[in-house]
Amino acid sequence: MTSRRPPWPLSVLGVAAVAIVCLPLAYLMIRVAGAGPDAWGVLERPRTLSLVAKTVGLVAAVTAAAVAVGVPAAWLVTRSDLPGRRFWAVALALPLVLPSYVLALALLAVSGPGGLLGIPALTGFTGAFLALTLATYPFVLLLCIAALRRADPALEEAAQGLGRTPAQVFRAVTLPLMRPAIGAGALLVALYSLSDFGVVSLMRAEALTRAVFLQYRGAFDRDPAAVLALLLVALTILVLVGEQRARSRLGSGSRGGRTVRAAPVVPLGRWRGVALAFCATVAGVGLVLPVSVLVAWLVRGSPSLDGVATATLHSLLVAVAAAAVTTLAALPVAVLAARFRSRWTVALERTGYAANALPGIVAALAFVFFAARHAPAIYQSLTLLVVAYLVRFFPQALAGVTSALSRAEPRLEEASRGLGRGPAHTLATVTVPLVGPGLLAGAALVLLSTLKELPATLILRPSGFDTLATEVWTATSVTHYSQAAVPALMLCVLAAPAVWLLVVRGSRGLDPLGN
Amino acid sequence: MIRRIAPLAVTVAALALPACGGGDDADLTIYSGRNEELVGDLIERFERESDLQVDVRYGDSAELAATIAEEGDNSPADVFFSQDAGALGAVEDTLSSMPRSVLDAVPARFRDPRGRWAGVSGRARVIAYSTDKFEESEVPDSVFDLTEKRWRGRVGIPPPNASFQAFVSAMRLEVGEDRTREWLEGMRDNDAQLYDNNIQTVEAIGRGEIDVGLVNHYYLYELRREDPDLAVANHFLRRGDPGSLVNAAGVGILKTTDGQDNAERFARFLVSKGAQQYFAEKTFEYPLIEGVQPPGGLPRLGELIGPQVELGRLGNQLRSTLRLLDEVGFTT
Repeated sequence: MTSRRPPWPLSVLGVAAVAIVCLPLAYLMIRVAGAGPDAWGVLERPRTLSLVAKTVGLVAAVTAAAVAVGVPAAWLVTRSDLPGRRFWAVALALPLVLPSYVLALALLAVSGPGGLLGIPALTGFTGAFLALTLATYPFVLLLCIAALRRADPALEEAAQGLGRTPAQVFRAVTLPLMRPAIGAGALLVALYSLSDFGVVSLMRAEALTRAVFLQYRGAFDRDPAAVLALLLVALTILVLVGEQRARSRLGSGSRGGRTVRAAPVVPLGRWRGVALAFCATVAGVGLVLPVSVLVAWLVRGSPSLDGVATATLHSLLVAVAAAAVTTLAALPVAVLAARFRSRWTVALERTGYAANALPGIVAALAFVFFAARHAPAIYQSLTLLVVAYLVRFFPQALAGVTSALSRAEPRLEEASRGLGRGPAHTLATVTVPLVGPGLLAGAALVLLSTLKELPATLILRPSGFDTLATEVWTATSVTHYSQAAVPALMLCVLAAPAVWLLVVRGSRGLDPLGN
Repeated sequence: MIRRIAPLAVTVAALALPACGGGDDADLTIYSGRNEELVGDLIERFERESDLQVDVRYGDSAELAATIAEEGDNSPADVFFSQDAGALGAVEDTLSSMPRSVLDAVPARFRDPRGRWAGVSGRARVIAYSTDKFEESEVPDSVFDLTEKRWRGRVGIPPPNASFQAFVSAMRLEVGEDRTREWLEGMRDNDAQLYDNNIQTVEAIGRGEIDVGLVNHYYLYELRREDPDLAVANHFLRRGDPGSLVNAAGVGILKTTDGQDNAERFARFLVSKGAQQYFAEKTFEYPLIEGVQPPGGLPRLGELIGPQVELGRLGNQLRSTLRLLDEVGFTT
């Protein structure tokens, strides 16, 4: 680690990026501070309290369920003799290509009166719980798979050698090895379900994000919506702080480098059938069912292709722009923290992760308020939309860039310089090849998130600017679900390469706190 | 690979952003509180006929009215095409005078007395009901009957919808604040099912999720176009019942527009014979200009007697109606 002073342009860029990231929250606070007592009255209603309780209940239930699905699945595909475990590893991660609101649509389509399955309507809490669990367990799965693959098998072998049963080995060794990954995964799930807007809206479940939107849409005075939005931010911060405390209490666990040796395989014996049924059910409901519903709509209904090409182009345009801009913005912050480590650069990096506390609907509201009054030049422009994506997904890019930089040790660069290569040559032949793949993975994650993003896109997009996500949304607002098929499938197709990259790369960039 | 991709990504971003900055390159920006499903084709027709490039921002009428109020002088909108008169009235201070030719084309009861907005199509509030479950004679003649026990959990309402809000405003003007609040609370306690909009409400009746819904008359026909067997019908309410409000979708031009001529063209287009026929034939609404046949199979507009509430008075009520709906619990 060097403690040189960073070049000033780098500092300026880093500070500017973090300032943009902090802008919406700061503005929201200013707005709320200036709001009348009427706006604050929204907090005193009994309904608000029950809303918070229901939101917390939903988030807790989804987090628990996602862990309960993701952890056994990760163990099965890395440690057991499950038939076709490589196939299952991919199949179980694939629901990541589906936006959560598409999962919700599929569940709505097959349940209730007139649904294909003839089961009671999956709406409200139950529906939202199911859709969000299916959308988020892959986070836990991928992080746990990565942790298990990294873990030194010697520990498990030793435990086995001491005559422990597989169950005892799992409890005493494997589970503790996974604990940091489970914690990180659970945090991702909690943050995701707390900030999810599409699912709870479609399912008409009571949740804060939806309440913020309804309040924004349904009242002339928008200050109460801002107050509710801050309440949502406060809840998110509680989750982040709670996780941090749990992490420091548990310790970070041993990570070790990636090992080349395979871990011992646990024979499933008579549990094999149960394990297969478990994997098949999860992949069936999370992947096969929604894709079948979409394909059925495509075939049966005669969905119009009007506007799909334009929407695809728009989606790609904003997603690529957001991925590039966000990664570029994260770069100086990550470089400052990695190469010019000092108290203020670390603080800057930490602040960059503050956007984790900013659900999409909140960022959107803040930017609408801000731009309509103070920045009319970019109001309802693509620039503002991309800036909102930047803020929203900055932590993802930052985590990706940081993990990429950690691969390029300064010593290697110094060696190159020592061999007589100039700084530019070193950058091109050493740093970029080392850092490149990680940067790309971080950018892919931002691209994926932007493609699926709904609330900020809905609220901030230029008039008449339809993306695939808004096309799906429009189709659902008049319940012409079948019209959602084409844009939804298109979204999956576009998301697939990015998901593939993440799955193949072992999802290292997924950890939202960049630890 | 990265060496080839990274510059490409940067270039794309660099090219894309400035090109999209600023935004307002359309000739006309319409804020439409009317659903794209219903008026998208009509606006496209206007684009073709006028050769103007039109951007449309779709949303709920009250939401767009609030947006216009929030934007103030910065509003990018040129025209507000609202689903009801109340949302137009709520932002009437931001509207400029409508050309005389547009105002004169429609009956006085369907335009702003001070000339800032004009109605362009008429609609009636109805109770849509499931024909699988009821004969028309079993459907109540007044919305006040819907708080009875036997309708518990069986009634659907769309509170975010401007026409529903206008109906509540009309009720407040007609029977007073207390009775309206009492009715809304009665509906809430009777487990009224909440939907986002009229179409969803009618569809829920079709699916059997609910038995009846409070909606505008024409959504039924829109859905029948897709499903001719839809087991839903409209019941027109007792004369003078707040639930029988006759309202108008309408148009207003923003004072802040930088395209007054284009905005006026659009307003004139909406009261032209072609557009009025579109309303009658495609959306099953009542045309408001003379000489265009109303849709068949509906009571004549003149026969529909709603509460004695002037549409021009609804606008003042919107804020307080929204607050009331919020207090009763229909927003969060």
